[in-house]
Amino acid sequence: MARNGGVAWMRTTEKIDGYDLSTSDTEEVHVLAVDDSLVDRKVIERLLRISSCKVTAVDSGRRALQYLGLDEEIQKKETNGFDGLKVDLIITDYCMPGMTGYELLKKVKESSAFREIPVVIMSSENVIARIDRCLEEGAEDFIVKPVKLSDVKRIIDYTTTELREGEQREGARAKRRGINKRKQREGDDDLSSSPPSTLSSSTSSSPSSSIQSATAPSSPSTLDSPTRRLKMTSSE
Amino acid sequence: MLGSGADRLRADVNRLLAFLFHQGILDEQFLQLQQLQDESSPNFVSQVVNIYFQESEKLLRNLRSLLMERKLSDYKNIGIHINQLMGSSSSIGAKRVRNVCVAFRAASDQNNRTGCLRVLEVLEHDYCFLKNKLHELFQIEQQRILAGGVGYPMQN
Repeated sequence: MARNGGVAWMRTTEKIDGYDLSTSDTEEVHVLAVDDSLVDRKVIERLLRISSCKVTAVDSGRRALQYLGLDEEIQKKETNGFDGLKVDLIITDYCMPGMTGYELLKKVKESSAFREIPVVIMSSENVIARIDRCLEEGAEDFIVKPVKLSDVKRIIDYTTTELREGEQREGARAKRRGINKRKQREGDDDLSSSPPSTLSSSTSSSPSSSIQSATAPSSPSTLDSPTRRLKMTSSE
Repeated sequence: MLGSGADRLRADVNRLLAFLFHQGILDEQFLQLQQLQDESSPNFVSQVVNIYFQESEKLLRNLRSLLMERKLSDYKNIGIHINQLMGSSSSIGAKRVRNVCVAFRAASDQNNRTGCLRVLEVLEHDYCFLKNKLHELFQIEQQRILAGGVGYPMQN
């Protein structure tokens, strides 16, 4: 849907046309929460709502894919054609019957339309091998259950930051385009060939990039996660 | 007097909570749930806990019938049930029930039927105790609100 053909953002392009450089902080983050446990769904829903998010909660990986429009058996018109809201973040339980959270993660990251969406895995099992496997597959973060408000706030914070930065880049690009259309022809191509997202596994992206490898995270806000994991490990 | 009645009941709530924490029945995740209760969701804790009761009783019934089977071999299914109970118990802060589930899973992993039955009895007992205490808690809370106490948050 990108007008310039280079950027695979899911966002509508109205803001770009209007050179609206305002950030999306008034626009709520829409989270797709996936968990087979009804108790956990209720809790994560509440945690997310209290953190000012819009929430869609489903009980399986299959339903999550259906919601996104990725289910092979239910053909949607096109990948962008799902009638739900655009999803900004997926939070999924790891252990689920049918499709595990890991399998859901893989399917999302394999899809060209949705691989930019950050995926967070939740699990009651604090197994390093599992955590590493998920991060390697492109998970944004890994939360050990039970999930707390601080976990959710941290994730929403850096998701919002990533989205805002992405929009600012988009806005800046659009502004440059607007100021000097003719000259921008080549500039455009340069810009559109650069990686559009800091949420992929590229390590050369923005300073506040997420944890992709087990190496030291680059921003204070992402330190909680590995620290918490290490804390849990040492207490076992 | 209206005020002191509510105050007294609040003290009762706090005393019961302190007891449950001290005995290791509940942990800080229960407090986390309380913090999620506010004017927009004034019954959040009891809603979630009631869902937990419904789900847990189903799981416990299934576990008992699975273990009573004459030819018991489906320990994998038993393990799945235990994991579900463990997960939801952890999510509401039901520490003791969760810990008994850990022991249950160990017995199940060893295909130890006798061990499983023994742990299941403990689990059923501890679950009942938890349920009774939480019902008591909600009852006192309700009385406190009726006596003019502020409904949310549950703790100061």
